[in-house]
Amino acid sequence: MIAAIVFLPLLGAVIAGFFGRLIGARGAQLVTSALLVVSAVLSWITFFSVTGEEGGTEKVHLMTWILSGTLDVEWALRVDTLTAVMLVVVNSVSALVHIYSVGYMAEDPHIPRFHAYLSLFTFAMLMLVTADNFVQVFFGWEGVGLASYLLIGFWYKKPSANAAAIKAFVVNRVGDFGFALGIFAIFLVFNNLSFDAVFAAAGSEAGKTFNFLGYDVDILTTICLLLFVGCMGKSAQLGLHTWLPDAMEGPTPVSALIHAATMVTAGVFLVARCSPLFEHAPFALEVVTVVGATTAFFAATVGLVQNDIKRVIAYSTCSQLGYMFFAAGVGAYEASVFHLFTHAFFKALLFLGAGSVIHAMHHEQDMRHMGGTWKYIKLTYAMMWIGNLALAGVPPFAGFFSKDMILEVAYAAHTGVGNYAFTLGIIAAGFTAFYSWRLLFMTFHGEKRWGGHGHGDHGHGHDDHGHGHTPHESPLVMLVPLLLLAVGAVFAGYFFFDSFVGEEQEAFWKGAIYVAETNKVIENAHHVPGWVKAAPLVVTALGIFVAWVFYIAKPKWPAALAATHREAYAFLLNKWYFDELYNLVFVGGARMFGRLFWKGGDGAIIDGLGPNGISARVLDVARRAVKLQSGFVYHYAFAMLIGVAVLVSWYVYKMGVTP
Amino acid sequence: MIADLAQGWPILSVVTFLPLVGALLILLTRGEGEATERSIRSIALITTIVTFLVSLILWAGFRDGTAEFQFVEKHAWIGETITYHMGVDGISILFVILTTFLMPLCILASDVIHTRVKEYMVAFLVLESLMLGVFCALDLVLFYLFFEAGLIPMFLIIGIWGGPRRIYATFKFFLYTLLGSLLMLLAIIAIYLTAGTTDVVELMKFNFPVGMQYWLWLAFFASFAVKVPMWPVHTWLPDAHVEAPTAGSVILAGVLLKMGGYGFIRFSLPLFPDASVYFAPLMFGLSVVAIIYTSLVALVQEDMKKLIAYSSVAHMGFITLGTFSFTEQGLQGAIIQMISHGIVSGALFLCVGVVYDRLHTREIARYGGLVNRMPVYAFTFMLFTMATVGLPGTSGFVGEFLILAGTFKASTVATFFAATGLILGAAYSLYLYRRVVFGELVHADLQDMEDLNWREKVTFLPLMLTALWIGIYPTYFTTATDASVQNLITQFHAKIAANAAAAAPADAAPEAGQGTGN
Repeated sequence: MIAAIVFLPLLGAVIAGFFGRLIGARGAQLVTSALLVVSAVLSWITFFSVTGEEGGTEKVHLMTWILSGTLDVEWALRVDTLTAVMLVVVNSVSALVHIYSVGYMAEDPHIPRFHAYLSLFTFAMLMLVTADNFVQVFFGWEGVGLASYLLIGFWYKKPSANAAAIKAFVVNRVGDFGFALGIFAIFLVFNNLSFDAVFAAAGSEAGKTFNFLGYDVDILTTICLLLFVGCMGKSAQLGLHTWLPDAMEGPTPVSALIHAATMVTAGVFLVARCSPLFEHAPFALEVVTVVGATTAFFAATVGLVQNDIKRVIAYSTCSQLGYMFFAAGVGAYEASVFHLFTHAFFKALLFLGAGSVIHAMHHEQDMRHMGGTWKYIKLTYAMMWIGNLALAGVPPFAGFFSKDMILEVAYAAHTGVGNYAFTLGIIAAGFTAFYSWRLLFMTFHGEKRWGGHGHGDHGHGHDDHGHGHTPHESPLVMLVPLLLLAVGAVFAGYFFFDSFVGEEQEAFWKGAIYVAETNKVIENAHHVPGWVKAAPLVVTALGIFVAWVFYIAKPKWPAALAATHREAYAFLLNKWYFDELYNLVFVGGARMFGRLFWKGGDGAIIDGLGPNGISARVLDVARRAVKLQSGFVYHYAFAMLIGVAVLVSWYVYKMGVTP
Repeated sequence: MIADLAQGWPILSVVTFLPLVGALLILLTRGEGEATERSIRSIALITTIVTFLVSLILWAGFRDGTAEFQFVEKHAWIGETITYHMGVDGISILFVILTTFLMPLCILASDVIHTRVKEYMVAFLVLESLMLGVFCALDLVLFYLFFEAGLIPMFLIIGIWGGPRRIYATFKFFLYTLLGSLLMLLAIIAIYLTAGTTDVVELMKFNFPVGMQYWLWLAFFASFAVKVPMWPVHTWLPDAHVEAPTAGSVILAGVLLKMGGYGFIRFSLPLFPDASVYFAPLMFGLSVVAIIYTSLVALVQEDMKKLIAYSSVAHMGFITLGTFSFTEQGLQGAIIQMISHGIVSGALFLCVGVVYDRLHTREIARYGGLVNRMPVYAFTFMLFTMATVGLPGTSGFVGEFLILAGTFKASTVATFFAATGLILGAAYSLYLYRRVVFGELVHADLQDMEDLNWREKVTFLPLMLTALWIGIYPTYFTTATDASVQNLITQFHAKIAANAAAAAPADAAPEAGQGTGN
């Protein structure tokens, strides 16, 4: 059954990809979606059987992959509770996104290709979460990177989409560079790459050092930090986050599936998976906490001022991933995965809802050109409300359970970095509420700012589709997935709280996540003072109120505020100038050195002093030869013959003098 | 049993010289005109296919799990000591198959050649014989003959059927190789003087004095480093590639470059172990510089072939790195990476050839938006781009992964810098792909570009399947190389230990133990 869950999407991808022209657009949609639905149903069955009373870790050995000396890596599928959670998340969201795309992409000329990519992505993601060794995780890791690259650049005629696709792949490669080094270090230290063997031996390596880059450093800390570099790339944490907002160039269903619910959470998954390593690397955990908390804050500030509806949600994703990381960083991996779980539902809901808005607005993404649309698309409007309530953590929606838990564990950690994370997390929660309701108000309320202007700037390269400019509600095939996700966004927190982080957690996790004996952070979190539990709600309410003032009560204020604080506004609007800095230093630097090495190094120095100097002389001679081509070939053959002649005569001579 | 078919006849000589027979047949064809041309092409294609099939019998009969040379043929040749000695082991067998595998595809890709078809095909078939000889020869003199003679047809292929600057390119190629060859020849003479034999199997048991090893190692290095090519003697490669016809580029990247890497593994490590250890930091340094430097240069290229040529230098940097890590993973990775690079870069040059045949330019800026007209081509190019980037599941990943995993044991610093090649490789490959394949079709003359025809599809399909096969189940290949590589490492350390023990009485005792370390 596990094999079916993983390989059905691959089958779908192959059918849609290679036989798309044969079975047509409708056929490709049907095949891939049906297989994904089957896969999703099987995932839920597996989820309940693995986490149920009889459950436990299941393993399917497929075949040997790489075998070289002591390096022995297998293709295998391994399902424990952590994997089962991911299976449910990935396949549920993926199945719904497949179905939703039938409506959203209806007018696209490349439907089979789109669905093939979606299924290919799902397969790679499933390989990632079911891996039983580090190399297979890396396979899935890069595989989802490929799918992400293909889907961001799906509208290949748009230069901005192509640029964003390459950026996503290359920035992720920077992370993978760290990940790969981490794998090599693990192989060096443990002489093994399978999870079971490495995790079993992790404790005995705690506190030991090895030489890395000329320094004697703590083994597990180094390994964990290297792995975390990979996580930062995939999960768009501060420093390696720049690709995620640009990735919004891809079709909106892609943003929902890959860049919100599943792929970007792979980093969180990996940290949770490697909890046996991280638990022995306290410094690495502190780094995770600080990076996560800073990202949560940074992305929330940038989200405050973005005008593209998808970019707001993208920064929100970035910020929420930061929450997940600092939860893991203080040792509450379960809380981190719980938030991953609930976030998948409400963030996919928000993205698909935004897609529905964009669909309704004829591919307009700029919120400054929306407004007053709620009466035209009431159901979408309701869905966006639910998504926002869940995101902002308003009880009893899903985000309330998981996000508050994260803030409580940060507080309960009672460490310097824990307090740092708690403080930034609370502030970011206020910002989250503000930008979420800013999005709602700008999109659905206020005066109409649409109609009468072209929408070529943010168009998707689609042809205009014939009907008028009045927003229209999306078809059922798009609305049903929204409704199902809304169910998750409302109930996922309430229903699963006890299992993930509450009283039943031990029976639920069954040791899939390793927590050191001394780590009581989750237990302590249940006993934090009342004000800690209340604080997120207060700042959320405050955020919503300010958004209401700015965008409903006093709509002139935002512009006025931006005008009076021009620098601060520009700083946020330009995303803290990360892109500019990176373009200057890395892209510019690489190009400069490339040219320097090419023209200067290869051209002037190596060739100038070497062959060109010599060949200039040789050419002079050769020109006098009768026929140029054959001339020098004979020279060469002659030189070689002389060589052989020397050798042979030497040999004969030797024979003559030695007995 | 197919495996038994390989026994009882000189199969290695047959594989090696079958192409020569084909060449002879072509020389015997008389007449001009299209019909003759067609029959010449058929003879060449059939010859290479038959050679490939025979080599498959060879492979089927090859026994894994032993480091011994197999299918050995040994006959007296010049005098008593220089012998015609052929044989394959786990290190060379894959290169033989790679060569016979790529040749029919090259002949297929040569359909666009219309001048001097006869001479062209003869040159290619002679070249195949000589390349196979390089990988089968077990006598240094025999090896040297194959090794050097193989360059002559390559010169001809570039010099006669090449692009506008073919003369310059060939001269550069010639100059670089000449110096290295002469030094290697001198070294072979010195080896004969010292050991009294040029037989490779005998030499592997012979232990050269450490002081002498340095000089011999350097002389061999001079020849192999040019072939690989290593930085800074790589500048002949971009020019040679740019000027060579497509099939010439495929063979150049696919097989000829591998001779250098093969030479290091076959000769430098087993014959001169102490020198190899001594020079390993130099090799690491040059490899890492090659990876970073040429990747950056590749990033700013405006010519498709030049870009891929520079990327080849970077990829070969991984190979020399893995070889001199002296670990099993590093060496097996180097072999797998060579096979993989042979297939993937060969395929990439074929990809360039496809559009060059249609538009007659390699300038990247003249393309763009090809996916609109050529979806099959776009898919093919994407697959090989991903393989060259080293995406897991393709052959490129396995080689690089094993190399870096092995090198990490030897030097974390070298691994760290070499691994930046993962990032740079992605950047230049995807940037090339984007400029050629994605975007709008803006150039008017691209409107009539035809997608791959059946001949091109037939050419690409085996390459794709092999790239994926190595990527998904490389164990099939590493089992073949395993015993030989393990044996090489064991002998390598045994020799170093023996030399250290011999030197120990002279030196202080504690220093002796350090000889075995890296």
